[in-house]
Amino acid sequence: MSELTLLLIRLAFLAVLWFFVIAAVGVIRTDLFGSRTAAAAPARKAPKPVKAPAKPKKGKGEPRQMVVTGGPLQGTTITLSETPITIGRANDATLVVSDDYASSRHARLFPQDGQWIVEDLGSTNGTYLDRSKVTRPTPVPLGVPIRIGKTVIELRK
Amino acid sequence: MSAPSVEPVPLPAKRRVAQLAMLAFAVLIVMAAYAAVGMGIDQKIPSGMLTYGLGLGGFMLAAYLVLARFAPWADPLILPLVTLINGLGLVMIYRLEVGAGGRGGASATTQLLWTAVGVVVFAVTLIVLRDHRALQRLTYTAGAAGLLLLVSPLLPIIGEDINGARIWIKIGGFTLQPAELAKLALIVFFAGYLVAKRDVLALAGRRLLFIDLPRARDLGPILITWGFSLGVLILQKDLGSSLLIFGTFIAMLYIATQRTSWVLIGILLFVGGAVLAGLAFDHVAARFEVFLNPESNELFYRELGGSAQLMEGLFGMSQGGILGTGLGQGHPGLIPLAFSDFIFAAIGEELGLTGLMALLMIYGLLVERGLRTALAARDPFSKLLAGGLSFILAWQVFIIVGGVTNLIPLTGLVTPFMSQGGSALLANWILIALLVRMSDAARKPPPQAIQDEGMTQVFQR
Repeated sequence: MSELTLLLIRLAFLAVLWFFVIAAVGVIRTDLFGSRTAAAAPARKAPKPVKAPAKPKKGKGEPRQMVVTGGPLQGTTITLSETPITIGRANDATLVVSDDYASSRHARLFPQDGQWIVEDLGSTNGTYLDRSKVTRPTPVPLGVPIRIGKTVIELRK
Repeated sequence: MSAPSVEPVPLPAKRRVAQLAMLAFAVLIVMAAYAAVGMGIDQKIPSGMLTYGLGLGGFMLAAYLVLARFAPWADPLILPLVTLINGLGLVMIYRLEVGAGGRGGASATTQLLWTAVGVVVFAVTLIVLRDHRALQRLTYTAGAAGLLLLVSPLLPIIGEDINGARIWIKIGGFTLQPAELAKLALIVFFAGYLVAKRDVLALAGRRLLFIDLPRARDLGPILITWGFSLGVLILQKDLGSSLLIFGTFIAMLYIATQRTSWVLIGILLFVGGAVLAGLAFDHVAARFEVFLNPESNELFYRELGGSAQLMEGLFGMSQGGILGTGLGQGHPGLIPLAFSDFIFAAIGEELGLTGLMALLMIYGLLVERGLRTALAARDPFSKLLAGGLSFILAWQVFIIVGGVTNLIPLTGLVTPFMSQGGSALLANWILIALLVRMSDAARKPPPQAIQDEGMTQVFQR
C-alpha cells in the first residue's frame, strides 16, 4: 500500500463527509422552498391527472400559508389545505394560543370559493380583521392582520 | 370519505425518499470510515467492517421503519444526521481499540450494543408517547424525578465514585450516569413551569437603568436552580453537568420571556458561583490553573488534575493540521481517555480541521432542525421543549469542544452520540425521539375534519 493510495483515501473520505453536509443542506433547501418537489410531485402521482384539471386551479393570488406575525407564537406557520383552521386555547385547536385574552374556541378560518373566510366563534374579546371587529364571516385578503388576543396572524402566498 | 383531495403541493411533504437516501448515505460513510481505518492500520479492509456497518445499518433501518410508521411527518434529516455522528463515534472507538491492542478501555462492541439499546429506547419512546403534550401534565413529576436522579449518586449504597467524580450509580452489574437522564427530566420540568409562569416573569417587575428587574418572588426558581447546580458541583465534583443544566435553564427562560435581563442575571450568578467555587475548592481551582497555563511544565507533569491530557489533545490536533493524518495513521492513543471525553481531539488528529468542521456542521444542522421544530410547533409547551432540547445539545457540544480546544476551562462532559458511554447515548436517543415526535406534530398538516362542513366538527387529536 503506497503513500499515495492512503493520501487519496484520506482526501476522498473528507470529500465524501462534506458531500454529506451539502446533501443535507440540499434537503433543507427543498424543504424550505419546495420548488423541486413541486415540479416533481405531479410526475410521480401518475393516476391523478384525470382529476387535476377538473379542479379549479389555484390562482396566483391565493394564500398558501398562515403565518403568526405577533404574540408568543410568532414565527409559526401553518400550511393551508382544504380543511378549516380553528384558533383558541382549547387543546384540540389547530393553533393553540395560551393567552388570557383568547377564548378556548376563539375563531375559525375556512376556505370558500377560493377565498379564506374568518369567523368569530363567539369569543369574549372578539376577533379583529385589520382594525374592524369581525361580527360575521368575512373574507380575508392576503397580508391583512387578524388579531386574536395578543396573537396576530396573516395569510401569505 | 374518499382519499382527501389534497392539492399537488402538500408542503411540507413527508420526504421519505430523501430521508432513506440520506440514511443509506450516512451508513455508507461509516462503512467507508471502517475500511479507511483498516487500510491505515494494517493495509487491509478489516474483517469487522461488514459486521459493524451492517449492524449499524440494520438498527437504523429499524429506527426508520418505526419512525415511518409512528411519526410519518417527522423531519427527514434528524435521523440521518444522528446516524452519521453515532457511526463516526463507533469508528473512532473501534480505531482506538485496535490501536491500543484491546487494552485501554475503548470497546467498540460495547458501544455498538449500547447503540442498539439506544435505538430500541428511541423506538419505544416514539411508540408509547403518541402525543408529546402528555408530558406537560407530568411537569412537577418530571421535576421531582430529575432532582432525585441528580442526587442519587450521593446516596450511600448505589452511589459510585469513579475517577474522582461521584456521578455514577450502580444497579446490578451496570453503572449508569443518572445526570444524563436527569437533564431530560429537568428540561420537561422547565418547559412546563415556564409555560405557566412566563407572563408573570416577563411583565411584572421594576425597571432599573436599562434592565427590567423581575419581582423577588419570581426570582425564586432561578435562585433555587442556581443553588442546586452549585450544590451538585460541590458535592459531586461534576462541573460539566451543573454548567449544562444552569445554562439550559437560562436559555429556556430567555426563549419563554424574551427578556435580556434574565440572561444578564444568569450570567452574573454563574460567574459569581464559579469564582466562589474556584476560591473554595481545590479541584475547581486546579481546572482554572490548567486553563490559564496548560503549557507549564509543572502542570503537565502533575499527577492529579494536571494539564497532560489537554496538552496531548492539543498536540494531536496540531499534528492533524488542515487535512489530518488520515484514519488509522495518527497516534490518538497517546491522549488519555481519547475514547470518551477527548474523542473530539482524536478525530481532529485523524481527520484534521476539515473533518472537524464537517462534524461541527453536522451538529449544527441537527440543532437547526431542532430549533426549526420549535419555530413550527403550534403550542407553547412544544416550542419551549423543542427549543430547550436543541439548545442543550448545542450547549453540550460547545462545552466539551470548547474545553478540549482550551477555549473555556475543561469540564468533564461527553460529546453527544460520539463518546463511549451507555447512559449518555441512551439519554440522547430519547432526546432525539422527543424532537422527532414534536417535529412530526409540527409538520403534520392541520387535522382533517371528518365531515365536510357542519355545525359540529370532529377533529383528530
